[in-house]
Amino acid sequence: MLIRNRGPARHCAAAQASGVWVLVEQQHGEPHDVSWELLGEGRRLADTLATPLTAVVAGAAEHGLEAAAGRAVAYGADLVRILEDGVLRHYRTAAYASALAGAARAHRPAVLLLGATPLGRDLAGAVATDLETGLTADCTQLAIDPESGCLASTRPTFGGSLLCTIETRARRPQMATVRPGVMPRPEPDASRQGSVIRERVDLAEHAIVSKVLAHLPEPREDGARLVDARIVVSGGRGLGRRENLALVRGLAQVLGGEMGVSRPLVQAGWAAHGRQIGQTGHTVRPSLYIAAGISGAVQHRVGMENAEIIVAINTDPDAPIFDIATYGIVADATSLLPALSDAFSRARPDPARAGEGRRYG
Amino acid sequence: MAMHSVVCIKQVPDSSQISIHPETNTIMRQGVPSIVNPYDLHALEAALTLRDRHAGQVTVLTMGPRSATAALRRCLAHGADQARLITDRAFAGSDTLATALVLAHAVAMLHREQPVDVVFCGRQTIDGDTGQVGPGLAGRLGLDPLSYVVEIDSLDPASRRIVVRRRLGSASQTIESRLPCLISMLEGTNQVRFGSLDDVLRAERAEVPRWSAADIGLDGSEVVGLKGSPTRVRRVFAPDPVERPTQRLETAEREPADAAAILLDALARGHPELLAELVGAEVARTGAGRTGLSC
Amino acid sequence: MANRFDAIVVGAGPAGNAAALTLARGGLDVLQVERGEAPGTKNVQGAILYADALERVVPGCRRGAPLERPIVEQRMWMMDESSYVGTHFRAPRGEGPPGRYTILRAPFDRWFSEKVREAGALLICETTVRELLVERDRVVGVRTERAGGDVHADVVVLADGVNSRLAVVAGLRPELRATEVALAVKETVFLERGTLEARFNIGRDEGVATEMMGAITRGMVGTGFLYTNKESVSVGVGCLLAHFKATGLRPYDLLEQLKSHPAVAPLLRGGEAREFAAHLLPEGGYDSLPGMHGDGWVMVGDAAHLNNAVHREGSNLAMTSGRLAGEAILKLKAGGRPMTARNLSAYREALARSFVIKDLHRYRRVPRLLENNRQFFTDYPELVNHAVAKMLQVDGIDKRTKQREALRAFRDRRGLGGLAGDAFKLWRALGSRGGR
Repeated sequence: MLIRNRGPARHCAAAQASGVWVLVEQQHGEPHDVSWELLGEGRRLADTLATPLTAVVAGAAEHGLEAAAGRAVAYGADLVRILEDGVLRHYRTAAYASALAGAARAHRPAVLLLGATPLGRDLAGAVATDLETGLTADCTQLAIDPESGCLASTRPTFGGSLLCTIETRARRPQMATVRPGVMPRPEPDASRQGSVIRERVDLAEHAIVSKVLAHLPEPREDGARLVDARIVVSGGRGLGRRENLALVRGLAQVLGGEMGVSRPLVQAGWAAHGRQIGQTGHTVRPSLYIAAGISGAVQHRVGMENAEIIVAINTDPDAPIFDIATYGIVADATSLLPALSDAFSRARPDPARAGEGRRYG
Repeated sequence: MAMHSVVCIKQVPDSSQISIHPETNTIMRQGVPSIVNPYDLHALEAALTLRDRHAGQVTVLTMGPRSATAALRRCLAHGADQARLITDRAFAGSDTLATALVLAHAVAMLHREQPVDVVFCGRQTIDGDTGQVGPGLAGRLGLDPLSYVVEIDSLDPASRRIVVRRRLGSASQTIESRLPCLISMLEGTNQVRFGSLDDVLRAERAEVPRWSAADIGLDGSEVVGLKGSPTRVRRVFAPDPVERPTQRLETAEREPADAAAILLDALARGHPELLAELVGAEVARTGAGRTGLSC
Repeated sequence: MANRFDAIVVGAGPAGNAAALTLARGGLDVLQVERGEAPGTKNVQGAILYADALERVVPGCRRGAPLERPIVEQRMWMMDESSYVGTHFRAPRGEGPPGRYTILRAPFDRWFSEKVREAGALLICETTVRELLVERDRVVGVRTERAGGDVHADVVVLADGVNSRLAVVAGLRPELRATEVALAVKETVFLERGTLEARFNIGRDEGVATEMMGAITRGMVGTGFLYTNKESVSVGVGCLLAHFKATGLRPYDLLEQLKSHPAVAPLLRGGEAREFAAHLLPEGGYDSLPGMHGDGWVMVGDAAHLNNAVHREGSNLAMTSGRLAGEAILKLKAGGRPMTARNLSAYREALARSFVIKDLHRYRRVPRLLENNRQFFTDYPELVNHAVAKMLQVDGIDKRTKQREALRAFRDRRGLGGLAGDAFKLWRALGSRGGR
């Protein structure tokens, strides 16, 4: 068992690197939405640095990489580098890491961003090790430090209660992963122009140890739409009993939104992890977030505090959730939720009842 | 053929119990117990399950201060056979790149004592949360990194063939690879076992051997600690208090139906567009358009 | 492998730690078994540490132990709905070292346990003792819930707290009665240090302990407390479990009412409440003491109901009983004598000679007295408060008239016979010689 060291001669120094790269993550032809969010952020960073923004798309011929490249340009990329090879048909850490690291070594970007999805985190760690550079994971803010010209990556620490800003001064590329839903998605502009370059991928199948024997897309797990939902109704321990989660679901349905939960409910087995909102769950930025029976501990708050409007319902008037709520209601969620479902339903303009009753808007 | 699994663990503060001092905004570490990173326990259980099937030894390894011995003892109490603490002042300030290098050297040393077949890691830590040490460690040692593993379907020590199932977001893969390899387990796939009385007595009595930088061939090295860490923390700060004036709705003593009406009224006054959307009503657009999220 | 030790101590609270430390220091092979993840995780207390009792177990403890504030002022408040009549005793730090300190149990228990381990005892955590192993009516060890979990020893020290199932299951002690135990709840409220010190008029290294009774327990037998820690205040209230059951009042509600009492609320204002905890305390006193020793076993601390409710003293009794049990066992071991009930009675006798039993015996009538005489928690605090309020009012009425009115109020409420009876009962319960 030997230790692999590339040695300082192979490191890329700051002076030699330039350009912002964003990996467009895709599996079997489906690009992940986080890629567009990252391109939006990457555009900002590239403009600050006055360098081009490059999207990197990796996969096999059947994945429709040209189409993904086109979308990347619409979302802001100046240049797209396509890494296409049969070796990349299924995601295998070693294969993708080799391909991406190889491209980075050849072209020396200053910044490389990936989404903090399971694939992205896995790949980022492998690539950062290959390139012997710095990686900051799960960032919530990215900026260019005006003094050093470095990427200042800010992420939560100590359970989310504090933030820390991390920089990689000497090595390149400076790598960072960002969670889906943290950065806003830009508006795509189909009229944008950009170049597409196909890169040579120097990978031999026999050099990759792992073989994919089977690949099964799984049904979208419970809560998959949560991250993009405009309306989220969330329940916490204050609901008391598992059955009361149905009240949360009910209101979410009436409002055309998605249901979320705080961590204790997942731990208690009342809901799947896919519905969890918070530090170890999803981050959401809905227009409306209703927190029912949630105390608002910091681990949950970091997952929803950027919602536009927050309505908090809790029987404890001192619950921390009220510090960040737009509207606070001290009440028992189990009685208020059905009342809200009812009130919103009845407030719907009913063609049969046109002209009578309450009208909003 | 007896197998040797190494499980890399980390001792972390129990973040569910960390609180911020209400006045000074500093972390209240006092009284916050240290625990074994919960994700690492899934890795430990996977290693112990392998031992159930193939006999052999499970070694737990950590890089940390002397106090990390307690975490190693807990793993011994769950049933691990032996433990090693990698500790040296030179390692202070190591980021994940440097940590992966140190652990790689330690695993290589263990390999010399008894060939290592599988290195197990937890998916991420609850304090650092970056999930980089696993892939980094695999890269250093030339091990195939198998991440997000849900189950080890089969393993043949003789032919060195291993088949695992992993879950990567919205897809499930069955992957075949060769030993030695590195496996990081997806959480929720197993429950770490309750050790026997002998395990827990042995854990308390154990003298956990310590390895310094010199012991693992990193003496005077520039690639560990702060010097070996490309990333630096520039500052730690409290987030700006969210500028959000909270409006407490006067619903005390009201029937739920009235309280609901009060909320709808408040929305009607403060956010008429949102309310209209919620009830599916038409509303005169001001022309401001929607925000950048979605559809 | 048969696991065998000289002694097994069940529980790593103050009593268990005192016993284990004494035994280990005496050279015995000791196994201490704790059901919590770590010592202290299952323990709750006000908390006041009586340094003398600890000093006898860990000499020089004041230097190393994590102590909050030494008490320089003791307050006792008799509370009405919105007022109180109180007695304060304050003495600056004198010549000798302070006798009482506030502590936080989590760091304190960890420190105490460290001392026990340094002395050589083996501590295993997250391990619950299911039952005692008994052979021919002798306790010969314990059975834990872990696989292969039987351990044998010459003697087992039961230090597993007020809720001890072990003793009940083994028939060594009857089930706890709701009249013999109090349920107490507490909160730790964090305050900025300077604010705390200004409010309580104390310096950096000084503390105040307040004990409260009266309207705050809504007619139930019980007391409240408020102790200053370095950067927080521990506030709590407890009542007899039987009374909670009878009234249906919730302990948490009682605590909220206490915190909003006009005398208490200003002290807590602006603080952040955290760390809510609840615990049971033995309240039965001398008459409820179980047998504390037998063939192969002794019982110490709360498991043996050793709690002096009148003076709110528990941890010192716990530590003292643990130490005395340890010393008795060591003496037997040294003399090569077996751990029989007869021989272990030396522990019980040492306990009787100490303040532990003496104090409990002195106050043995108090539990029943208070239970059957609620007027001490209801009428008297109210009457006393009104009387004092009146006396202090300067409203043109002459003092003699005021005095007579005050006395009449007492007489109207309790009757002359009642007043005399109350005085007699109190004297009997608190002051007189009890006789054995």
